[in-house]
Amino acid sequence: MAQPEDLLFSKEHEWVRLDGNSATIGITDYAQNALGDIVYVELPKVGATVAQFANIGVIESVKAVSDLFTPMSGEIVEVNAALESDPAAVNREPYGAGWLLKMRLTNPTESKTLLPPAEYEKIATD
Amino acid sequence: MKRTALHEEHVAAGARLVPFGGFEMPVQYAGILKEHDAVRHRAGLFDLSHMGQFWLTGDRVAEWSDTLTINAVATMKPMQARYNIFCNDAGGAHDDTIFYRLGDRWLLVVNAANAEKMWDYLTASAPSSGVALENQHGRRALIAIQGPRSVEMLQPHVDVELSPMRYYFCAEGRVNGIPAVIARTGYTGEDGFELFLDGERAAEVWRTLLHDCGPQGLEPCGLGARDVLRLEAGMPLYGHELTEEITPVQAGLTWALKLNKPEFVGKSALAAQRERDDYARIVGLVMGGRTPAREGYPVLQDGRVVGEIRSGSIAPSVGNKNIATSLVQPEAAAVGTGLAVEIRGTLHEASVAPLPFYKRAQ
Repeated sequence: MAQPEDLLFSKEHEWVRLDGNSATIGITDYAQNALGDIVYVELPKVGATVAQFANIGVIESVKAVSDLFTPMSGEIVEVNAALESDPAAVNREPYGAGWLLKMRLTNPTESKTLLPPAEYEKIATD
Repeated sequence: MKRTALHEEHVAAGARLVPFGGFEMPVQYAGILKEHDAVRHRAGLFDLSHMGQFWLTGDRVAEWSDTLTINAVATMKPMQARYNIFCNDAGGAHDDTIFYRLGDRWLLVVNAANAEKMWDYLTASAPSSGVALENQHGRRALIAIQGPRSVEMLQPHVDVELSPMRYYFCAEGRVNGIPAVIARTGYTGEDGFELFLDGERAAEVWRTLLHDCGPQGLEPCGLGARDVLRLEAGMPLYGHELTEEITPVQAGLTWALKLNKPEFVGKSALAAQRERDDYARIVGLVMGGRTPAREGYPVLQDGRVVGEIRSGSIAPSVGNKNIATSLVQPEAAAVGTGLAVEIRGTLHEASVAPLPFYKRAQ
């Protein structure tokens, strides 16, 4: 499927929606499909500072535990609390209600290291 | 990597294939939870052709088998099926299996991962005991239809009356005109049937059943759903709740242990273990929180490690809780005992629950 045009992507299948010095982060449709039914999402605490590409949590499907990496550096300002009771939202709406967290970026120029939709599309084909 | 007779069906259906027991097997089609739901409420269709099928013939099959297994074989009636375990001298499980007593032979179904080991083990003593063995592994197919609507879905396709067939009995008949052993057995905790048939004709049966019963809700199901279903139903999986080290006594399978049989491999070790009652044992755990417990995670009681997780999953039929099996020290095994599971460095509450976690309404 085509990737949303307003997002940037990491090679680890996360997406980033930039809004000035802030960003919303989630996992891609390709990633949620590869994981299968998601049953648990463990996210960092609000206030935590994370460095680009660091392991910041886990996403668990019925069969497997997968690490979650942050595509950018920053301070966590909000996590999607609804995922606690409804982790399947990540499967249903990976780019919408299934968003994972919001951060204040400490190095917005890192966005240059991320992939535009057409580039990501090339690595996210089965 | 070997492929089953239904491999092309799985690829065409978009199944996700993974290596399992030496075969490339479907772990899921539409999704594990959706497939689980189909089996609990309608029916699911499984390709289990990776499992080993051995034919046993000769007058002394029962007598010989009784010397190698913990459950009784000689008392089986014609067309009866019975769960049985082959143990080593120390009582550990060599494999857990099902014997089917057919008209002119016996069918022994062994785990895929153990098929080679079991073939070598059986062929070492069968010929001198007057038993002939034939290895059908990979040649004969096994299709299971499991779920509360299995009878009504399968009946139009077979030439035997399904309703009167009792659980753990079987018949030799035809499915869509193709000769098959039709057995009322399964590994999901639901009513259902297992169809043993020639691999070369299996794809026809698979396609026809899915085509004709699809409108009634029959769905192809993978090994992922099967694992959740069997765990909810409290059924052991070889390599997890039973191993060469974990005995049937430890796994809580003493109902299958017939100590009144004459000598059999592992008998004295199992009898002594049972008598001592001091062994680590398999228990069910229900997690208090939403974090899944996975194989290998440590299990603690009052800060002390008393065991480890052997299987774990979210359980849609157990209130969507996370359930697990654990091998724990006897003092931590009583139902209701409060334990903790260490998950990524954090302790999560769990309590010992009776097995099975799920039992279907009769």
